[in-house]
Amino acid sequence: MNFKLKDLGPQLITVIAVVLIFGFFTYNAQINMENRGIDFGYGFLSQESSFDVQFSLIEYDGSHSYFRAYLVGLLNTILVSVIGIIIATVLGVIVGIARLSPNFLINKFAAYYVEFFRNIPLLLQIFFWYFAALRALPLPQDAEAIFGVFFLTIKGLYVPAFIWQNLNIFLYSIIAAVITIVIIRIHAKKVQENQGKQIPVFYISLGLIFILPLLSFLIGGVSLSFEVPALKQLATTSFIYEGGVSLPPELIALTLSLSLYTATFIAECVRAGIQGVGKGQKEAAASIGLTPNQVLKLVIMPQALRIIIPPTTNQYLNLTKNSSLAAAIAYPDLVLVFAGTALMQTGKAIEIVSITMFTYLSLSISISILMNWYNKKIAIQEK
Amino acid sequence: MFKYLKQLTSLVAMVAVLFTFTTETMAAKKSKTLKNTQKKGFVRCGVSQGLPGFSNADAAGNWTGIDVDVCRAVAAAVLGDANKVKFTPLSAKERFTALTSGEIDILSRNTTWTLSRDADIGLTFVGVNFYDGQGFMVRKSSGITSTSQFKDGISACTNIGTTTELNMRDFFNSKGIKYEPVAFEKADEVVAAYDAGRCDTYTTDKSGLAAQRTKMSNPDEHIVLPETVSKEPLGPVVRQGDSVWEDIVRWSLNTMIEAEEYGITSANADMMKTSDNPAIKRLVGAEGELGAAFGLDNEWSLRIIKQVGNYGESYKRNIADTGILPDRGPNELWTKGGILYVPPAR
Repeated sequence: MNFKLKDLGPQLITVIAVVLIFGFFTYNAQINMENRGIDFGYGFLSQESSFDVQFSLIEYDGSHSYFRAYLVGLLNTILVSVIGIIIATVLGVIVGIARLSPNFLINKFAAYYVEFFRNIPLLLQIFFWYFAALRALPLPQDAEAIFGVFFLTIKGLYVPAFIWQNLNIFLYSIIAAVITIVIIRIHAKKVQENQGKQIPVFYISLGLIFILPLLSFLIGGVSLSFEVPALKQLATTSFIYEGGVSLPPELIALTLSLSLYTATFIAECVRAGIQGVGKGQKEAAASIGLTPNQVLKLVIMPQALRIIIPPTTNQYLNLTKNSSLAAAIAYPDLVLVFAGTALMQTGKAIEIVSITMFTYLSLSISISILMNWYNKKIAIQEK
Repeated sequence: MFKYLKQLTSLVAMVAVLFTFTTETMAAKKSKTLKNTQKKGFVRCGVSQGLPGFSNADAAGNWTGIDVDVCRAVAAAVLGDANKVKFTPLSAKERFTALTSGEIDILSRNTTWTLSRDADIGLTFVGVNFYDGQGFMVRKSSGITSTSQFKDGISACTNIGTTTELNMRDFFNSKGIKYEPVAFEKADEVVAAYDAGRCDTYTTDKSGLAAQRTKMSNPDEHIVLPETVSKEPLGPVVRQGDSVWEDIVRWSLNTMIEAEEYGITSANADMMKTSDNPAIKRLVGAEGELGAAFGLDNEWSLRIIKQVGNYGESYKRNIADTGILPDRGPNELWTKGGILYVPPAR
């Protein structure tokens, strides 16, 4: 009995304390809102938002609901996070490996990059890329075409739009290619395990991913044309590009600063991971006749990844949360659209802030779960 | 659990009330905000993060502007010293939360009076200290001289969390023009982005455009278009539920406007005590007991006029002499062709 009480006591006290604290806050908020005549409720989500958003992945304008505005913000946050994570990872891995390069120039360049970008506050970097770099860009009418079809201007990056015919057949061909590649890979693994023969999976995959979509063009009736952006005059000195797709400079500046900043941390994770693998492993692998590429791919990386993944997960989470700094440069993310404009227009502070917090929490937890699953998958499986 | 907590809270509140009954004056007891302000010794005032003419801090941290003067007037009335104000710069997004949560007691930050703000979110507007309307600024070199020349694809920079965002949509929709809204959290960033050429036009209240124009790298390159696309009555706001405090702020503002009407200035206020006009004598505290209703002494309005000046002086000092809007337009007294008209102080 005594033993049980000793065990349960602190836990019980913690639970009671947590309930009391939350209860107090809820109660306090209720009383204060009542006193000040503020209604609580989520009914506003279905009301017409009556404000427009600059950039949206789904169809949206002011005649849609606040909930739709929330989705617009959420998707924009996810967009910038996903692009940011991809660029940061690629850049981080390259820089991380470069920091271990025996080449003095590459090595030092990578080191200076890391020290420079990770030691300047992110908000300043965002302002730099947006205001300093933006001012340096030309006005639409002065922009030189890049490859004849891209235009990088102060009003954004204009790229040609794809106009597809029979897009679905093209997509089916890609899916078919991917499925075939997976089957071939499984087969190749079996062949290697049973007969010791190696099948050049990489070249076969490469071939398939090109040939099948190509066939869809030749015999599937798929065709693709481009719509190149064309200059349009709005007033004497005011121009834009019409047609094509325009990427707002806010998105570009935000993605650039987020990925350059986060890549420095990922680079350090990668360096730590590779250095964490014993030197003997590399030497042993070389001594059994593996090529340097195979050493990296089959021996070093699988072990290094176990060290790299957990801290890199943190960096992914940081990047996602840091994307909320978007509000400073007018990128319409969740914070700007929902916790900004929508909050102001409705005055529903508690409701909107709680939804926003819950959304970021869910986003972060989803990334964590995904990364933990991957981490488990590559962990040592003891037999 | 909540039930007991509620009982406990009311018990504590009752004890507290019993103690305070003995010491406070009648009106101060009615107004928690007034009581707290007198206890703290300063008025807590929410202002903008820098809008010349309305609320702007100089290098030494001294705030000036007609919005600032409203808070100073309240401080002069309540505390006897117009300098006893603590200013809190707020973004458009933060302002109402700061007020409803009790961080500030007056929001005097070029805020538009609208039905939903007044009724919905626990706020009360006390009056109008500037009649404004939304306008558009463009570069002179663009050749645009009227909003009718706007075309599809125009990009417009503005602030989030303002009525501007909604008016902009109404305006462009009614004209059937497709536009790109670029909305920033802080005004400085809006100006910087527009100045850099990110947007073809910058839209906000016309007074704001005039004030921000002075911050551009070359103000002469920009013009404000003549059209006004909305009504924007700007005024101070207080929390709902403290009607005495609400009255103090309302009548501090009204005093400034009425003083101008009767020609009472900071310079001649003391002499006006011997005036023949009873309305003037009431305003300078030489007749009647007007302050008693708020729990203030009888010279509250005299202090406002002496320390802050009348509305005309405030306008001249902050907006006209700084070259922002030399012409008072609708913000002229009703007796001189404007629409400034306040109820009589009697």
